[in-house]
Amino acid sequence: MEAQALQQLYYQMLRIRMVEEKIAELYPGQEIRCPVHLSTGEEAVAVGVCAGLSSEDYVLSNHRSHAHYLAKGGNLRAMFAELYGKVTGCSMGKGGSMHLVDLSAGFLGAVPVVANTIPLAVGAAFTSKQKNQERTIVVFLGEGATEEGAFHESMNFAALHSLPVIFVCENNLYSVYSPLNVRQSKARDNCVIARGYGMESFRDNGNNILAVLELAERAIQKARNGEGPTFVEFSTYRWREHCGPNYDNNLGYRAEHEFLEWKQRCPVISFEQRLRRDGLLSDAEICQIKERIGTEIEDAVAFAKSSPWPDENLLLAHIYAERRIDGVAT
Amino acid sequence: MTRQLKYVEAIREAINLCMEVDPNVYVIGEGVPDPKGIFGTTTGLQQKYGAERVLDMPLSEDGMTGMAIGSALTGLRPILTHQRVDFALLSMNQIVNNAAKWHYMFGGQTCVPLVIRMAIGMGWGQGAQHSQSLQAWFAHVPGLKVVMPVTPYDAKGLLISSIEDDNPVIFLEHRWLHNTFGDVPEGIYRVPLGQGRIARRGKDITIAATSYMVLESLRAAETLSEVGIEADVVDIRTLKPFDSAMIAESVQRTGRLLAVDADWKTGSFAGEIITSMVEMVWGSFKCPPRRITLPDSPTPTSAALSRYYYPRAVHIVSAVCEMMQIPKERVSLPHETFGIPLDVPDSSFTGPF
Repeated sequence: MEAQALQQLYYQMLRIRMVEEKIAELYPGQEIRCPVHLSTGEEAVAVGVCAGLSSEDYVLSNHRSHAHYLAKGGNLRAMFAELYGKVTGCSMGKGGSMHLVDLSAGFLGAVPVVANTIPLAVGAAFTSKQKNQERTIVVFLGEGATEEGAFHESMNFAALHSLPVIFVCENNLYSVYSPLNVRQSKARDNCVIARGYGMESFRDNGNNILAVLELAERAIQKARNGEGPTFVEFSTYRWREHCGPNYDNNLGYRAEHEFLEWKQRCPVISFEQRLRRDGLLSDAEICQIKERIGTEIEDAVAFAKSSPWPDENLLLAHIYAERRIDGVAT
Repeated sequence: MTRQLKYVEAIREAINLCMEVDPNVYVIGEGVPDPKGIFGTTTGLQQKYGAERVLDMPLSEDGMTGMAIGSALTGLRPILTHQRVDFALLSMNQIVNNAAKWHYMFGGQTCVPLVIRMAIGMGWGQGAQHSQSLQAWFAHVPGLKVVMPVTPYDAKGLLISSIEDDNPVIFLEHRWLHNTFGDVPEGIYRVPLGQGRIARRGKDITIAATSYMVLESLRAAETLSEVGIEADVVDIRTLKPFDSAMIAESVQRTGRLLAVDADWKTGSFAGEIITSMVEMVWGSFKCPPRRITLPDSPTPTSAALSRYYYPRAVHIVSAVCEMMQIPKERVSLPHETFGIPLDVPDSSFTGPF
């Protein structure tokens, strides 16, 4: 892989990290008035998967979607404006953090009801196949979503019709405060379940960007070759609380040492160290990159803060589509 | 001579015509291509359009509704079919959380042109899980449109409008209407969503009814006419958007309102009709408005119990007599007139569903 491409992966992960740290910093100011689910610590999955996709490909996501949105090329200004509830937001202020969208980047949408976008992704893949669009669809889901019926129904149909969809499971061990061992049998293996439905499945370390990239590219290539769906599961860890800007290890639902062990395996820092070691990234370059991202974030926040609120007449707008526009507006 | 078609044939013709002109339209549902073809509404379509556009589906109502929504968001126009409303309850999450909301919650950038056909059962021991209506639930949700055609003409014209609409449309077909006949023109025509229909003109009372209850209301009106009471029967046709203006105009002429809706009383659309009219034309009422609904009880199976459960023409006549202060003895009750048991639509019906 070329140095530039590797640097790009680093840049993407760092950018997501810095954006979310900024949100955590701003959140107590009470200007971001919607729930936020930060994915600090999980950046490698989003970046590694989206690196292999084009803007024509679609990504769908869940409540923890900032990383997916940004990795897919979602507009940063529109994202911050959406968090601030402004009319310049990606959903005109009607969605908030849990309903990000950027159609021009191929980010079809995110919703917080667990597993809800999984069958939607299968539907988008159905369209891709019906219309010979050669478009690959990726849906990001947490391991909690694999407990929902919709996950199983979607896998079954995707395999039955050999659809170009990739189910990317980010296994961060917890659903809010509930650990895996109160939700799934020890004997359970989602990769085995996926194979049972008739699709290939793979598992790897979700904090290793290159491992993610490799598996994702394999699945994407398969989808593009018309070889059907793939299930991939990446182990990773959410650093901060389920919802909100804080750390919550003090609650006692998970052990501090577990958190610290995962923190040691930070996807951003570990990759940074690797690039340094291989002579692909200098201290000066890292400084430059951080400065560049910092400036971009400052600009996006300023844009959000200075943008107008949605007008009252928008309350009752968009309840019904008023003209035939054949699905996604172009 | 005008052409007569069965309701199910009118439905099938609407689907066929839309599939012919728009390659994005496809049909999916449990049993869609099977020999019985959803009561005859989808027979022959797979032979004509192939297995890619006319599909059976796994028994996964929630997941498949999500799939249909995802395909609608990306350019297709699915017609999803359930043989009973009751089965579609497994998909309420996708209908309410996604189909109804994607257009709004993403600021109007995407839309969900999806039709979900659901059949409503009645009588013949359909019981608690084969006979619910639930139109009030669907009408409650902003973002959904709710259609209940009564005549074969409207079934075709409203289905074409629904398929061409860019929004999720809940299309409720009553099983007791499927075998009715009526005039149906050939070719594409549209009945707009959001317009009621005056099914019968009268000056004394407005009977505003949904779905099959329109036919019962018309039967009641014939009986009432014999004693000089002329009912204005309004077929609501689309519950959402709701043509309240048509009913208001009627109530202003008649001064009386009876809402007839075969759904449970509490939170029913009949209640919505009455509330709207109280708000809009209170001054026109000569007597308190009334409603005829199902009792707040699950559907019993036994014919002995269902005769007390389902409202029929006899109950409508009785209510109108009370509202008009006419002795019921003067009226020959419709079920006696027609000589049919109360748990079948007519004598030709011999079960099972």
